[in-house]
Amino acid sequence: MDFIGEVAAWFADPTTWSGRNGIPSRLLEHLWISAVGLGMGAAIGLPLGLAIGHTGRGSLLVVSIANIGRAVPSLGLMGLAFLLLLPLGLGVGPFPAIVALTALAIPPIIVNTYAGLRGVDRELIEAARGMGMRASQVIWRLEVPVALPVILAGIRTSAVQVVATATLAGVIGGGTLGELIIIGFNTGDQVRVFGAALVVAALSIVTELGFAALQHAMASPGLRGRPIPPPEDPGQVAHAAGEV
Amino acid sequence: MRFGPVDLEWVADNADRIGELAVEHIYYTVVAIGIGLIISLGLALLVRRIPRLYGPVLGVTGMLYAIPSLALFALLVPITGLTSVLTVEIALVSYTLLILTRNIVEGLRGVPPDAIEAASGMGYTPTQRLMRIELPLALPVIVAGIRIATVTTVGLVTLAALLGLGGLGYLIITIGTNRGSFGITATLTGIVLAVGLAVIADLALLAVQRALTPWARRRTG
Repeated sequence: MDFIGEVAAWFADPTTWSGRNGIPSRLLEHLWISAVGLGMGAAIGLPLGLAIGHTGRGSLLVVSIANIGRAVPSLGLMGLAFLLLLPLGLGVGPFPAIVALTALAIPPIIVNTYAGLRGVDRELIEAARGMGMRASQVIWRLEVPVALPVILAGIRTSAVQVVATATLAGVIGGGTLGELIIIGFNTGDQVRVFGAALVVAALSIVTELGFAALQHAMASPGLRGRPIPPPEDPGQVAHAAGEV
Repeated sequence: MRFGPVDLEWVADNADRIGELAVEHIYYTVVAIGIGLIISLGLALLVRRIPRLYGPVLGVTGMLYAIPSLALFALLVPITGLTSVLTVEIALVSYTLLILTRNIVEGLRGVPPDAIEAASGMGYTPTQRLMRIELPLALPVIVAGIRIATVTTVGLVTLAALLGLGGLGYLIITIGTNRGSFGITATLTGIVLAVGLAVIADLALLAVQRALTPWARRRTG
């Protein structure tokens, strides 16, 4: 039987869809680990990005985070989190993956939040201050709504990276759909490798499209109809900050 | 000498092997960026001739970019084999295409129309104009793309170890997470060298760009 037929047979096999190493169980694990990592990354990255973007202090820090964030290999983050948590008894299971994904999610969120806030027209901010707005009002009523498309672009970049990199948790026994690929590698089961990879690829593309739709839907009504900004390139941000 | 869990003696004892892995890492990166540049230049010139194709080209290369690296390896394994340099390189090249093609196209589009007209007026053929005027003027944007693609690729090459190949990922995963006592040392060595390579490559490309575009020096400062 040809390879594609075997893969189709694998998808049709009920055992593929049941048990600990079934697609639903691993997919669910993949999603919750990604969601926790992204959530924690946003909980750390958003306040930092808002603070640096609002005050304009610490732009060098943002550029460094952007550059190092891109240069640190995600596999290295995963391996390091595993080794650091191992002596604490947390090396096995989802914890190393969550720590690594949190670290991975932070840079794009900080960089885009910062870039979004810095991109707000200075005259608008002066006008808001002149109207008697306090700093918190300037942030929440002016800067955040205007910068929202760019901030959301950062969250989208992080989300796509997190869902993609969660696959690597399989390398350190941390579960997710990546575990199915690694099991396939180790047992020489190319049909399972290919089938699981198809599921991962589909999940990534759905994540990308889903967050693009979310970004579109959440943009302030006044800004709707404008083109959605693409995810920020750290290189461009570095350029904008005058550091390169 | 030890710093907490980090054992520098292990690094010194294994310096030769670590050097070999770093060289292998550089080799995989250079091949991927080189082939990626050739393909992207072809795609960009195609888009220049037929602008309608820009959307589809970005769509397809963007789709490739969105597929997680481990999954892309896995999809290629049945075709190109497990422990195969070809599997790694095809995946690495496909990740460079989006950034490189986009930056070449945008770079060429950013060339001032006056310069193009002046070149045509001076009797340049379209090929001469491309080689002597348009590509040089687009160089800063193109190099910006090469820098991002290179830094990303240096990180991704670590995944070659998952297919049983070398590169710095071998230190991070194959030695690092499998052999208890010097695991953290090996993993950290791999990460530090990978980040170092990325930073050096980035600065080197910036220096090359400044040397090749002396007229832009005032602007990039």
